[in-house]
Amino acid sequence: MQDYLKTKGRIFDIQRYSIHDGNGIRTIVFLKGCALRCRWCCNPESQSYEIQTMMVQGKPKIMGRDVTVDEVMAIVEKDRAYYRRTGGGLTLSGGESLCQPEFATALLQAAQERGINTAMESMGYAEWEVIDGLLPYLDQYLLDIKHMNPQKHKEYTGKSNERMLENAMKIARSGKTELSIRVPVIPGFNDTPEEIRNIAAYTKKLSNVKRMHLLPYHHLGQDKYEGLGRPYLMGDVMPPENEKMDALLKIAEQTSGIECQIGG
Amino acid sequence: MGLYTYDTTDIPKTERIPKLVENLYAKMPEIESARAVLLTESYKQTENEPMIIRRAKAFQHILENIPIVIRDLELIVGSTTLAPRGCQTYPEFSYEWLEAEFDTVETRSADPFYISEQTKRELKEANAYWKGKTTSELATAYMEPETLLAMEHNLFTPGNYFYNGVGHVTVKYWEVLKIGFGGIKAKAEEALSKCCLADGDYQKKSRFLQAVMISCDAAITYARRYAELALQEAERCTDAARKMELLQIAQNCANVPEKGATGFYEACQSFWFVQQLLQIESSGHSISPGRFDQYMYPYYKKDLDSGKLTREFAQELMDCIWVKLNDLNKCRDAASAEGFAGYSLFQNLIAGGQNSEGIDVTNDLSFMSIQSSMHVFLPQPSLSVRVWNGSPQEFLIKAAELTRTGIGLPAYYNDEVIIPSLLSRGLTLEDARDYNIIGCVEPQKAGKTEGWHDAAFFNMCRPLELTFHNGKDRGVQVGPQTGNVEDMETFEEFYRAYKIQMDYAIKLLVNADNAIDMAHAERCPLPFLSSMVDDCMKKGKTVQEGGAVYNFTGPQGFGVANMADSLYAVKKLVYDEKKLSMKELKQALTVNYGKGLNEEDIAAMTAEIVKGMKEAGQKVGEKEITAVLQTVVAATESPEMKANGERILEMIEEVPKFGNDLPEVDAFARDVAYTYTKPLLKYHNPRGGQFQAGLYPVSANVPLGAQTGATPDGRLAYTPVADGVSPSAGKDVEGPTAAANSVSRLDHGIASNGTLFNQKFHPSALSGRRGLENFVGLIRSYFDQKGSHMQFNVVSRETLLDAQKHPEQYKHLVVRVAGYSALFTTLSKSLQDDIIRRTEQGF
Repeated sequence: MQDYLKTKGRIFDIQRYSIHDGNGIRTIVFLKGCALRCRWCCNPESQSYEIQTMMVQGKPKIMGRDVTVDEVMAIVEKDRAYYRRTGGGLTLSGGESLCQPEFATALLQAAQERGINTAMESMGYAEWEVIDGLLPYLDQYLLDIKHMNPQKHKEYTGKSNERMLENAMKIARSGKTELSIRVPVIPGFNDTPEEIRNIAAYTKKLSNVKRMHLLPYHHLGQDKYEGLGRPYLMGDVMPPENEKMDALLKIAEQTSGIECQIGG
Repeated sequence: MGLYTYDTTDIPKTERIPKLVENLYAKMPEIESARAVLLTESYKQTENEPMIIRRAKAFQHILENIPIVIRDLELIVGSTTLAPRGCQTYPEFSYEWLEAEFDTVETRSADPFYISEQTKRELKEANAYWKGKTTSELATAYMEPETLLAMEHNLFTPGNYFYNGVGHVTVKYWEVLKIGFGGIKAKAEEALSKCCLADGDYQKKSRFLQAVMISCDAAITYARRYAELALQEAERCTDAARKMELLQIAQNCANVPEKGATGFYEACQSFWFVQQLLQIESSGHSISPGRFDQYMYPYYKKDLDSGKLTREFAQELMDCIWVKLNDLNKCRDAASAEGFAGYSLFQNLIAGGQNSEGIDVTNDLSFMSIQSSMHVFLPQPSLSVRVWNGSPQEFLIKAAELTRTGIGLPAYYNDEVIIPSLLSRGLTLEDARDYNIIGCVEPQKAGKTEGWHDAAFFNMCRPLELTFHNGKDRGVQVGPQTGNVEDMETFEEFYRAYKIQMDYAIKLLVNADNAIDMAHAERCPLPFLSSMVDDCMKKGKTVQEGGAVYNFTGPQGFGVANMADSLYAVKKLVYDEKKLSMKELKQALTVNYGKGLNEEDIAAMTAEIVKGMKEAGQKVGEKEITAVLQTVVAATESPEMKANGERILEMIEEVPKFGNDLPEVDAFARDVAYTYTKPLLKYHNPRGGQFQAGLYPVSANVPLGAQTGATPDGRLAYTPVADGVSPSAGKDVEGPTAAANSVSRLDHGIASNGTLFNQKFHPSALSGRRGLENFVGLIRSYFDQKGSHMQFNVVSRETLLDAQKHPEQYKHLVVRVAGYSALFTTLSKSLQDDIIRRTEQGF
């Protein structure tokens, strides 16, 4: 076995038959650990790299396990027939996959060498060398841009946005992967026309973006916070209304000049 | 590349269609007596004639006299009852159940029918003649005592053909369209002229051919009555447009089905008379139109090219036929009604696929068939589509659009499995390629096959119960003595005992089916049906007597997933890991894991103890019996039993289950399915054909589950058994691709009478073109892996509400939450509510 197949990493879930994150029918591998602490995060169990216990429907469940690339690929391989028919494949998600650079790169490499399409959902929060190292193995980059204002970004996610924006530009310019920009639309954070317009304008500036997605806020993660014994900071914030999303979509389309859609 | 180019533009529905639908469903369906009365009149006049002639004359007498009606706005005419969606009765097959249910048939839960007091009286009078003359009584006489005992103990039920006609056939519609019944009659005359009256088979052959001629005349007469009625109504009609329609109807019915159809409209009317009259001759259901898009196409194409027909009108005519297919109805006995719930007649119509030369023949009518189902939005016809590597993507996308509506149609079939499977049963390559589906999932070649599909429900769980009790059921020795399970030292020994019980039950099932088969041949040969199936005319006998080219009997087994999970659990827990003794497991099963038993089971246990006491010489009075009963109840529901049950259920929960893409478990399931599919193959029917297994349940997995005790897969007593080849409800937790991978590991080819795989989706999984593409991709991928059939429930809001109430039954329900999908039952109540609200908006 080649060495990189033995690379170990930490994941908290593998979800098969995912049809909303990248092309076709996909298998998503969720890597554990994140550099950010977004208040609305729907996967709070993804944030800490440490293995945790979370209460799920009244029962304790261990979140996080250490696996090799080879073990993950054995599961990814199971749906190869579906990838072939739909152009689907492997998607890395998290957490921030780039927090485990060696593992993430090895997973993408393993998939690509087997002819399985690859995608990654990420904020681009890493040294450029890390990203540059995995781009050759990545068919689709689903990159988050949450806000253009560094202070506000830091206030709501724990980190400022300069490095991510800079990496976004480098990814676009590299031309090595198909880039999509994904914007979580969070009431009270970035859901004004102006804020969306600013992101769309930057997307335009990136100039090599395939598609822009507006992902409406939802409170799926609420129970998980409870299960982890953490407070849910979003309280009873409601998801944005359909009309509002439609209006924001128009702004995004007009400003970015590229194909935009609501949802993944 | 296909043979035809096609137009995929949607054609809107006309105002007529929703009105026809509304009229059809205005009232509760009603039972009428005309057929039974006329049939009986005729039979009384033909006592000493050969049975085949009596059948033909009765058919003729009915068609000459049964009241006829043209419903408002109809373009295609021919109604079996005056009341919409009404039904006639068929006392020559059985009648006692209906008399017994006269007063409950209107209020029963499954498929109720209204019946007037006058109808009850008329039916009672007619039925009196049939005592001792029915197919069901003769079939009983042909069955062995052990067969009847096994049926009494619900090992299997051949109820369908035991009490009704067989149906389950696709005739040569194309021949009627081409030469009419006038032409078929001429063929019979010619065949008769070639017979020599001194031939050994002359009596049989000549009377059969005469019966065919009488039947052809009967059909022609019936159509002419409609022509006259249409003329009369046209004369009375004050609406100029409707008057023209009625005159056209009169002209159509004067021409067809006597002569060949001259155009598409006549072809539609001719098709309809065949479809309807087959269901007057006999009460058999699943009379399947088959490849409608193929045999109708020449008429459509010719008229379209000549400018005689527009696509819009062709669509409206097809929509009218689709509505008419829901006008036919059938009243079954209460128990069968639950097994076939939904007033369904299973008239399977299939679109797309390849022709006998292996070329794709998807055409305009294939698309329009799907469009018609969208327009009428009714359960009939049971629409199917054929899928193969050469199927046009656009066609499957159109089919997926219909699936997305949540109507549960169409069902998808895999040419790449079914064609070789039929080849292995002796069909020619050309015939195998030209297959269509009968009823639920049963493949065959139209116009050449008497498949006797749907021949019985065989519950694979019951032989396992017998295994645990050394062949006894409720104290009665129903199966062979295979020894005490506690003494079985290896899993192989235990599995062997199960196979012995299976083999025995299968043998009895064959005995039951063949007894019924014989009874139909003797008492209800069908000359009209047989006039449209090869090689009846050549052989000079009906399909019931073996006149068809291909003969099969296809009883369907179900509970594969339960048995796979059960036997695997026994293997793991009792033998491999030794966590559980056989004694403990047996006890837990006997008391339904401490979850309570029904009255019958308690009574049977009590009776057995009492019997033992008596045999031991004790005096047992009423007081003692009551005491025993109380002890039994207390013992089966004691805290200790309950705790034990919980402990064992938890253990079972941890054992891997079929449906989760685990090669070891799936290989095991494949072997378990063979315990049903393989032994059947060695048996033959009286028509000279072979038995072949199906693996599908219709809706019988629910009522027959109610007759089944607890099983070692953790399934509680009286709860539904797994449907078809699908994993047990809620046991597949890895999503649709994993379940499909598991199911594809069964041997679908050997179950040549068809397999059925159900999946549930939320409409959002099919949203947008991308959703449809992914959905079609999922089907193609399952088929790449040699799955045979797939059908989908795209779940509605109602289902989601039910899923909240019974989450255990919906563990694998995938819903789209926002930018991603999740398993519905794992979501919080508030979010579930959110999704339900959103879904409602989405529709």
